[in-house]
Amino acid sequence: MTAADKPEVWQPSPIEQQRAAYRLRQRRRSFVVATVSTIVVLAVVVIVLVTSPGWDRFQSTFFSPHEAGVAFPMVLRGLWTNIEVMLVCGVAIAVWSLVLAVLRTLRGPVFFPLRAFAVVYVDLFRGLPLLLVVFLLGLGVPALQLSGLPTDPLFWGGLALTLSYSANVAEVLRAGIESVHPSQRAAARSLGLSYAATLRFVVLPQAVRRVMPALMNDLISLEKDSALLAAIGVVDALRQAQIRQSLSFNFTAYVVAGVLFICLTIPMARFTDWYARRRGFQGVGGQL
Amino acid sequence: MNVLSLRGIRKSFGAHVVLRDVSLEVAEGECVVLIGASGSGKSTLLRCVNLLEVVDDGVVELDGQDITDPRVNADEVRSRMGMVFQSYNLFPHLSVLQNITLAPVRVHKVARAEATEWARAALERVGLADKANARPDDLSGGQQQRVAIARAMVNSPRLLLLDEVTSALDPELVGEVLDLLQGLREDGMTMILNTHEMGFARSVADEVCFLSDGVILERGPAQQVLGAPQEERTQRFLSRLLH
Repeated sequence: MTAADKPEVWQPSPIEQQRAAYRLRQRRRSFVVATVSTIVVLAVVVIVLVTSPGWDRFQSTFFSPHEAGVAFPMVLRGLWTNIEVMLVCGVAIAVWSLVLAVLRTLRGPVFFPLRAFAVVYVDLFRGLPLLLVVFLLGLGVPALQLSGLPTDPLFWGGLALTLSYSANVAEVLRAGIESVHPSQRAAARSLGLSYAATLRFVVLPQAVRRVMPALMNDLISLEKDSALLAAIGVVDALRQAQIRQSLSFNFTAYVVAGVLFICLTIPMARFTDWYARRRGFQGVGGQL
Repeated sequence: MNVLSLRGIRKSFGAHVVLRDVSLEVAEGECVVLIGASGSGKSTLLRCVNLLEVVDDGVVELDGQDITDPRVNADEVRSRMGMVFQSYNLFPHLSVLQNITLAPVRVHKVARAEATEWARAALERVGLADKANARPDDLSGGQQQRVAIARAMVNSPRLLLLDEVTSALDPELVGEVLDLLQGLREDGMTMILNTHEMGFARSVADEVCFLSDGVILERGPAQQVLGAPQEERTQRFLSRLLH
């Protein structure tokens, strides 16, 4: 070991230098090919768009700079609502879906009612279209005029998102919990950890890490789907765009909203990729 | 001509130089056994031959062709050798038979019926003809490793690379795998293997190579290297194994 650890001067042999030079040439060539093909494809798309007969009309209706300037502050104000919904619902979903997932993985006949509840709940809310749940809660419940219940559509819309999303996220978490090898539970129990402590300190940390990319994916979806609340009158980015469009008869506000949504989701998507790649390094259990 | 020839192989992971300067010739039908402490680079050497690792320097020639040239098709080169891993690495979602026919059908483009015939012959050879439809998880470790050997040799490779194939096995299962390898050796299969089973090394090896500090420190016939090692470090390694 000692000699191998010593810093030493290593000169690549001529054949290795040739190989390195060849690899470098190949890399450069790939880069040039990728760059040129990207530019060509983009150029073709732009030319087809700009030379199309309806281009001027299209441009002024969807990409009017003046309209964009007017719509931007409005839509941005609305977008803040989307972000709030995403953050609050994200936390609520995390808690509720974890409860559902744990209920569903409980063993033993004593827990049958809890397991059954979790199964029925997940079946129900995974099967219902999200927009339908938003309508039912956002328009239906306030129509009952029950005293003591909030009437704010933001509350009911947020609740609808939470209930629906929790069903999906619970299934993701359950998949993660069940992917942890039984030997891990055995090892934890052999140390004297209770069922709950095993779950909390051994199983869940591994399970959540394993499904993190899928969970991030759901968070990005949630951010987009918060725009569904526009359908029950919550003034979010989409609703603001609608309001502006109904005044100006110009669709640029929608484009502005779309761009803002993408600006929010892209950093989250890149973060997810980065996280998954970093995990992948340790997750692939190979040896050298 | 030599089936395999290594010249000046160097491989490092970050700052850690695993192989510094390894040269080795393996003739047709020869069985070379690599020994050495954990981390001495035995597995890395086999992985370099299989192109699972890219060497930092040096040349690997298979049947006279330089396979470390970046222009060669690594998949094609690998299809001419077989490799068996310490932890079997069978595909758990496929049956035993499907594990063996995967490469003939997908890589060598053999008709499925013919590939199945080959696979059955290979299973016969490793003594598991009755397990064709079993799942890997239903087999013992020794049986799984024999399936892995059948999978590696079904395409009649020029060279078989065996990476600590008995290390993960229970002691009473080691024998069945070693018997099989002994048989392959007698059939004239060219093999490079690394192992901790010195008794086995003694009985199958045409040449034993002791790896230490990234070089082959001592090499020669089994009786010589294992029985009367010249180098002090070889002596120390072997005496530690005995006690």
